[in-house]
Amino acid sequence: MAEAHPVGFQWVMEAKKRGATVIHVDPRFTRTSAVADVHVPIRAGSDIAFLGALVNHVLSNDLDFREYVVAYTNAANVITESYEDTEDLDGLFSGFDPETGIYDPVTWRYDPPEEMNAEERERAGELEQEERESTAGDHQQSHQAARSESHGSGGAPVSWKGRRDETLQHPRCVFQILKRHFARYTPEMVEEVCGIKPDQFREVAEALTSNSGRDRTTAFCYAVGWAHHSVGAQMIRTASILQLLLGNIGRPGGGIMALRGHASIQGSTDIPTLFNILPGYLPMPHADQHASLDEWVRGDEGKAGFWGNVRSYAVSLLKAYWGDAATADNDFCYDYLPRVTGDHSTYTTVKGMIEGSCKGYFLVGENPAVGSANGKMQRLGMANLDWLVVRDLQMIESATFWKDGPEIETGELVTEDIGTEVFFLPAASHVEKAGSFTQTQRMLQWRDKAVDPPGDCRSELDFYYELGQRIRDKLAGSTDEMDRPLLDLAWDYPAHDGEVDGQAVLREINGTGPDGAALSAYTELKPDGSTSCGCWIYCGVYADEVNQARRRKPHWEQDHVASEWGWVWPANRRILYNRASAAPDGTPWSERKKYVWWDAEQGKWVGSDVPDFVADRAPDHVPEDGAKGPDAIGGQDPFVMQTDGKAWLFAPLGLADGPMPAHYEPPESPVHNPLYGQQNNPARRKLDHPSNPINPSWSEVFPYVFTTYRLTEHHTAGAMSRTLPYLTELQPEPFCEVSPRLAAERGLEHGGWATIVTARTAIEARVLVTERLRSLRLGEQFVEQVGLPYHWGGNGISRGDSANDLVNVTMDPNVYIQDKVGTCDIRPGRRPRGRDLTAYVEDYRRRAGVDMEHPEEGGAE
Amino acid sequence: MDIGKRIGSWPLLRQLTGRDLLGRGEAVQSPRSRDLTPRTVDADDVVSSVCPFCAVGCAQKVFVKDGQVTQIEGDPASPISRGRLCPKGSASKQLVTSPSRVTTVRYRRPHATEWEDLDLDTAMDMIADRVIKTRKEFWEWEADGNRTRRTLGIASLGGATLDNEENYLMKKLYTAMGAIQIENQARI
Repeated sequence: MAEAHPVGFQWVMEAKKRGATVIHVDPRFTRTSAVADVHVPIRAGSDIAFLGALVNHVLSNDLDFREYVVAYTNAANVITESYEDTEDLDGLFSGFDPETGIYDPVTWRYDPPEEMNAEERERAGELEQEERESTAGDHQQSHQAARSESHGSGGAPVSWKGRRDETLQHPRCVFQILKRHFARYTPEMVEEVCGIKPDQFREVAEALTSNSGRDRTTAFCYAVGWAHHSVGAQMIRTASILQLLLGNIGRPGGGIMALRGHASIQGSTDIPTLFNILPGYLPMPHADQHASLDEWVRGDEGKAGFWGNVRSYAVSLLKAYWGDAATADNDFCYDYLPRVTGDHSTYTTVKGMIEGSCKGYFLVGENPAVGSANGKMQRLGMANLDWLVVRDLQMIESATFWKDGPEIETGELVTEDIGTEVFFLPAASHVEKAGSFTQTQRMLQWRDKAVDPPGDCRSELDFYYELGQRIRDKLAGSTDEMDRPLLDLAWDYPAHDGEVDGQAVLREINGTGPDGAALSAYTELKPDGSTSCGCWIYCGVYADEVNQARRRKPHWEQDHVASEWGWVWPANRRILYNRASAAPDGTPWSERKKYVWWDAEQGKWVGSDVPDFVADRAPDHVPEDGAKGPDAIGGQDPFVMQTDGKAWLFAPLGLADGPMPAHYEPPESPVHNPLYGQQNNPARRKLDHPSNPINPSWSEVFPYVFTTYRLTEHHTAGAMSRTLPYLTELQPEPFCEVSPRLAAERGLEHGGWATIVTARTAIEARVLVTERLRSLRLGEQFVEQVGLPYHWGGNGISRGDSANDLVNVTMDPNVYIQDKVGTCDIRPGRRPRGRDLTAYVEDYRRRAGVDMEHPEEGGAE
Repeated sequence: MDIGKRIGSWPLLRQLTGRDLLGRGEAVQSPRSRDLTPRTVDADDVVSSVCPFCAVGCAQKVFVKDGQVTQIEGDPASPISRGRLCPKGSASKQLVTSPSRVTTVRYRRPHATEWEDLDLDTAMDMIADRVIKTRKEFWEWEADGNRTRRTLGIASLGGATLDNEENYLMKKLYTAMGAIQIENQARI
């Protein structure tokens, strides 16, 4: 955190000054480790084993926060009898189809409530039918992962709150299943998997559990060290389970904080430029399941919690998109939405480019030739396009691959043979346009414009508005049905001095009511088309016709919550699920951790933050039978975006690779999985292409682990840092970090050159021999790790080979994100040049026995 | 200058006789260094902004003189950053004033070995034509008997470095176009 989010790290140091214990778990020793109380070196990719053992420590020593766990989580829920665990199936959960590599979660669900109402009985009948079809092998994509990310602000909709045993004794209740599942995650196992000594493990476990409970809370911070794995979503799930067992969610000083890496990467997820969601985490319609507006909203509509009003959010979005053309008679233009049919994520799309099914590409402030895994695939894809539009501040590698990319050097691509037409359009910088970023804690902050952009530089706001205008002008008068969504689009924004007014766009995102005035909360949205809203979770950012994101009241004029600086979605609420900061009866858990509580006199929730609950819902409220949406939230159900109001220790739906986490080895690993016979995540998403061969696991040819990371002085793919003299002076060239033991084993010289090779390619870097990277001892086996900063490419002031060219594409099946841990060889000296490089890598593949008929498999199973 | 003044301006004498006994302040100032002022003082305008690098969201103050950015500093009023910036944030003036920034449109014809110039208006028009053509060529009304109303011919990558308003217009336009392979760094 001190390396990649330095200014955020000041708060960790503030906490330390006040007595907090800071624990840093990371394969390398960094600026964070230097000031932490404890640094725990861990083998890259083994975090589930470590976190799972902490879960086991809590459960087997009765250290959980029992009152919180019983009331606020699904620990008491009884799971269906047909569920089978990894304990029963040597590393698989029930429902796995080895042919397709897909889980059917039908056996993971809650047992129905003991007394069912008519609706629940009907649903029970449907579920029985689904289970029969499932066991007959008739899998339905409908259960599957394509939707899991669309639950970014809540879990998948379950059928009922289900049967609960609040004594937690039922053998099939979640609490007991967890206990059995995690029992094999012992401190000794942690040593064998992660290379962490049992003594150090116990030190962490003790610090964590003694700092959690009524009076104290513990926070977790993570970044792509957890996200970039073929089990990434489950690593974060393990931390969630741990934090819930300790009662550290929804409370001040608690939580799990995703430290995101780009100025508005949170905003571009909320208002997504992502394939599977629409603004506010509404799912992109699926061709199989969503033929109509009714079918599109059916999954959530009427269910308990705020997702129950999904129709209001969906219709208001369609009104924002198609304005007057969207009417009740035409389902508010629902049919204008294109449909997904599966995985259309970036890596699958790039494969489509190589195969010729995708011919036009916009790159907007992103440099995949350096920043995406397997750079060669990226460049081969771009070399097979009809046209490519690159918008950036600097001449990035993704714009010049056709003349100076690594494949031009090796002869794999020839400039004159590349038919791609490339447009480079210069972009405006952050001070040359007004607009809002959403930072990592969901806070929108508005930037004013300081100066005009130079020359042909334009903002994306102007570019896309102008592009839309031109396309619409050219298509004007078309009677082709395919052009209707473009021609009917509400695409009229006021301009000042020839620039689109960003505040008008933010106001459309906020939404307006029947009278045309800005709305102040998403609870005002209607399903009848009388309201319009471009992103329901952002409703309120323009309340009272004021740009709330532009608020700048200095922190010294406010309390510690600082609610008048910027605006945080939803509803300017700073801590999510903060109803959980009070006990079930509505009183604070303790005076020290007081945050939001029930004021019986006023009949409402009060405190230092905007309560994340129905404002006047009493703690003892029991919803009436048949209540829907927010009305169905019970007074002790803090997790208001979940259909059962509870936080999930066990996910009965919504995950593609199991209801609970299990440790699997990265797709390339020198280690046999000590926990199960199953080596890798069985549901991992493989990408089958000859340019993406996987190193066989346990290979003597590729005996070392490598992983990639950032440096403080550079930014991601480098366009914003390798081009600046100050930063280049601070970090002038690429390097690899190796331990003294590895340096001795391979004859690597500090300050000299090394070549790092995988089945994809080989790169070179300067050698940094350092004890920042430890040799890890796993039982009898030593594991050496090579650390690689990934910022470099062929352009800019500071140049060098790209570490991402080494990374393979094997993805997490929930979110389609790559695994950045792989195996490699490392040798002293510079890499071969030109055609010799391809021959060198080919020789490695042959010696390692890479099966080029099935390059994506890696030969581990 | 008379001799008395010259002796009186001798730094060692000023250090010994004045208040600056350690010789780290006024005693060692020359007229030039005494008259220096920070370039922030004579800015025409100070604009509130936010750092464009990572997602912490440190507040910045952008100093402008004669239509040029002269300095970018942390804003002490921010409850997030309290005025601090990291090495990258501190270098952001270089980011926006970099001499290697490309400020004109560049165009590479299919199979060409070099860039050419192109005016912005022509480039915009050509891009609009390419979108219309590829969209039509790769249009798909249905797949496996289900309505899809889309094109898989066009893709987009980027958004995490852009404003919310920009992401909003992008997704809105692409969706109306029927383009679904719209992605950004959040996937990577």
